[in-house]
Amino acid sequence: MTNASATDANTSPAITPELVAEHGFKGDEYEKLLEILGREPTLTELGIFSVMWSEHCSYKSSRYWLKTLPTESPLVIQGPGENAGIVDLGDGDCAVFKMESHNHPSYIEPFQGAATGVGGIMRDVFTMGARPVANLNALRFGSPGHKKTRHLVNGVVAGIAHYGNCTGVPTIGGETNFDEGYDNNILVNAMCVGLARTDNVFYSAAKGVGLPVVYVGSKTGRDGIHGATMASAEFDDKSDEKRPTVQVGDPFTEKLLIEACLELMATDAISSIQDMGAAGLTSSTAEMADKGGVGITLDLDHVPQREENMTAYEMMLSESQERMLMILKPGHEAEAEAIFKKWELDFAVIGITTDTGRLIVNHNGAVVADLPVPVLANSAPMYQRPWELKEPPKPVLPQWVSPPNSTLGALKEMMGSPHLASRRWIYQQYDHMVMGDTVIRPGGDAGVVRVHGTNKGIAACCDVTPRYVFADPVMGAKQAVTECWRNLCAVGADPIAITDNMNFANPERPEIMGQFVGAVKGIGEACTALDFPVVSGNVSLYNETNGVSIPPTPAIGAVGRVPDVSKMADIGLRNEGDLIIVIGREQGWLGQSLFQQMFAGKLEGAPPPVDLSDELKAGKLIRALIREGRASAVHDCSDGGLLVAIAEMALAGGIGAELFPYEGKLPSHAAWFGEDQGRYVVAVSPHKAEEVVERARLLALPARIIGKVTGDRIALKGETFLPLDELRKEHEGWLPDYMENPLE
Amino acid sequence: MIRASVIVFPGSNCDRDIKVAIERISGFPVKMVWHGDASVPASDFIVLPGGFSYGDYLRCGAMAAHSPIMRDVIAKAKAGTPVLGVCNGFQVLCEAGLLPGVLMRNRSLKFICRDVHLRVDNDQSYFTRAYRKGQVIRVPIAHAEGNYFADDETLDRLEGEGRIVLRYSDEDGDASNAANPNGSQRNIAGISDATGRIVGMMPHPERLYENALGGTDGRRVFESAVVNFAEAMG
Repeated sequence: MTNASATDANTSPAITPELVAEHGFKGDEYEKLLEILGREPTLTELGIFSVMWSEHCSYKSSRYWLKTLPTESPLVIQGPGENAGIVDLGDGDCAVFKMESHNHPSYIEPFQGAATGVGGIMRDVFTMGARPVANLNALRFGSPGHKKTRHLVNGVVAGIAHYGNCTGVPTIGGETNFDEGYDNNILVNAMCVGLARTDNVFYSAAKGVGLPVVYVGSKTGRDGIHGATMASAEFDDKSDEKRPTVQVGDPFTEKLLIEACLELMATDAISSIQDMGAAGLTSSTAEMADKGGVGITLDLDHVPQREENMTAYEMMLSESQERMLMILKPGHEAEAEAIFKKWELDFAVIGITTDTGRLIVNHNGAVVADLPVPVLANSAPMYQRPWELKEPPKPVLPQWVSPPNSTLGALKEMMGSPHLASRRWIYQQYDHMVMGDTVIRPGGDAGVVRVHGTNKGIAACCDVTPRYVFADPVMGAKQAVTECWRNLCAVGADPIAITDNMNFANPERPEIMGQFVGAVKGIGEACTALDFPVVSGNVSLYNETNGVSIPPTPAIGAVGRVPDVSKMADIGLRNEGDLIIVIGREQGWLGQSLFQQMFAGKLEGAPPPVDLSDELKAGKLIRALIREGRASAVHDCSDGGLLVAIAEMALAGGIGAELFPYEGKLPSHAAWFGEDQGRYVVAVSPHKAEEVVERARLLALPARIIGKVTGDRIALKGETFLPLDELRKEHEGWLPDYMENPLE
Repeated sequence: MIRASVIVFPGSNCDRDIKVAIERISGFPVKMVWHGDASVPASDFIVLPGGFSYGDYLRCGAMAAHSPIMRDVIAKAKAGTPVLGVCNGFQVLCEAGLLPGVLMRNRSLKFICRDVHLRVDNDQSYFTRAYRKGQVIRVPIAHAEGNYFADDETLDRLEGEGRIVLRYSDEDGDASNAANPNGSQRNIAGISDATGRIVGMMPHPERLYENALGGTDGRRVFESAVVNFAEAMG
């Protein structure tokens, strides 16, 4: 065995305590490394361990808790632990999906940060043999009044558009929030859904000895070195200096890489494959070798390089984009090379699998790293950090929150506010129709793409309401999962599984760790009850600047299956004369509601509770109504409550609604604006309305007819009506005005 | 039998979409032709699809216009084979000199993906003959560089020769400034060459050719080509 520290001695500087600290080792982690190696690491080895042990790559604060999540169901083909999760769509088709954050880079350099976030998540999906067919994104920006917000929105949206549009993958959904809690730490969470054949899925475990390790894609440069380490620390006033650690993306190369990889995957050449994401060559080789129980010897002299005189350290840590690592089956090099040459991509054999169980890295004739693979891949510390979870606040009674002067006036103000204003300015910059299978476009509850060449559909959405999670992490996270589930039901899809993107602040603080633990518990409860497991995910911690943390944001992305895309619903009211029915329990829950935030000027009390058994019943009923053709429009009630849901349906369909006066026991503003969970608004033809109400009652679900689809305005007895044109102007106006008039 | 060929450049991304639309409408298989090939197989018409050929890192369509296959596309076009360029394909046709003018950045400087209304101003071209002159149709656009520009003399000539095939309009067919999504001169969405056999358009007819996608107004672009062929045979 070669002693790396000896042969690398001429080029490797002394490992000083300062150098160790710069590499992000905390507490006794470096002592642990010395103990594991039994010697001092070389500089290259120090770099390798620093990224492998970073929070971003090792999940060292979160792993313990993530292991408690439900990850199985009869439809799950692959749960967490691979590049992405896989679920069964039937007929030999499967959906491959995951959501991942690119928060830190997007704050520092919004265009490239967001663009490479999209690129990275797509590679996670096509590396498994799936063609990406839908992208989504969950974005959180600071308050509109903050001086950086406009610049960040502009850059992030343009970056996502640049990358997604050029690669030709439709962006079919997402969500965007504005809140001062994100002023100095925006969140950019990108989700990708791919489509594969169940019998042609690819994994990353390197199996077999003496097989060629092949590098394909773009050349390696000095960009993104220590990106993973950056993503594992909080920000301070000097964060802008980290700009050089942000990677630069090239969607054209990604598009070629998708086509070349899928073309090669149609042959029998690939043994295993893995994208080079965070920590690039280091983590891809370590993970592939570890999963397959082999060693890998690399010769860095063969790595395609964009810059001259790159060191081993730089090559092993570079996060240059659009690169993949493959292990080929014997005798397939020429076939593979021809495909990559056709697509004008680099192709280089840079190593070989071995039976040594070691990752040996050679460069310029010297061994610069020689590490036992299992240690490298599995020795990262795992922390059970101290945590404390506050008692959830007491509920706020509806009558404690003052009513507005005018119900429809309040509606108009809410619909034109940054919280609810139309996101059209954003999603119109994304090509959401390319691939020719988008059957429900963005702007509703969930986007739907057809499984190409069939009449099945994949529905996808993402959601979380951070103010609920902040007030009560367990209930808030439960709500996030459930709202996704509801969004899928609302288009007529059978919900299958979720991906979770856990965005939190510094886990070394017990109250933050408590938010994380609470959220995991809430997600787990909802997933278990709804049979809606977690199949992939990502954790982004240290989202804080100068001690100010983001609201806890466990963003949930979800996928469902539409058996027949000719039997779906969307939110637009369609038929004059239809009756509007609300299904679900009404409690007038104003605590933590948007109404409370906007009109009481504060957020108080417990968030609305979720009743998971009611959710199951309501979801099942809604899907049945859609498939029977009973429902001409469906929308779930979420932010802003019932009246906002109706207004959104009216705007989407271009037909108004005449609402019957509320005559129940609640204060009427609580009935119209309460954010009670588990509710759907459904439009039904008049002669079927009673039947629908009765069917809900048989399931012990309250349902009532609340109005009629008609005209070009929202009308409510005793109030001046609200013309749709006026409401539309308000709703559509805010975001373009904000973005295009910086001198307001 | 309809023989259509779709040229695939590296970075094309609407090639499959338009292939599928033509196959569904015509009932015949479409040939995909790689940009590096020397010649296009004998075709009743050739399509240059949407996308980002060569990444569009130079001017949009500029690199593609000089790719090996384009020499034969240009030769065949000049010899009378009809050619349809959609979105990036329109940009390529302009860069290749088969159509006049250029497509500049949208006046909003943003990528725009949405349905727009178009007024059919020429129902004689090879790809718009199945429409009626003056008909208003709804078809999506998806581009960052669709702002058509040519000098006044060229525009007057296009106008005079009836070569402005499609214009952005409102629902009632008024080609107003408000209905112009990208700043194109004279609301131009599509033009043809003098013979009406080479047509370039920014909107994507292949994205609204069946009800499942939300509409069928784009369908007649392809039916036009099929109808023409039937007439030529008949």
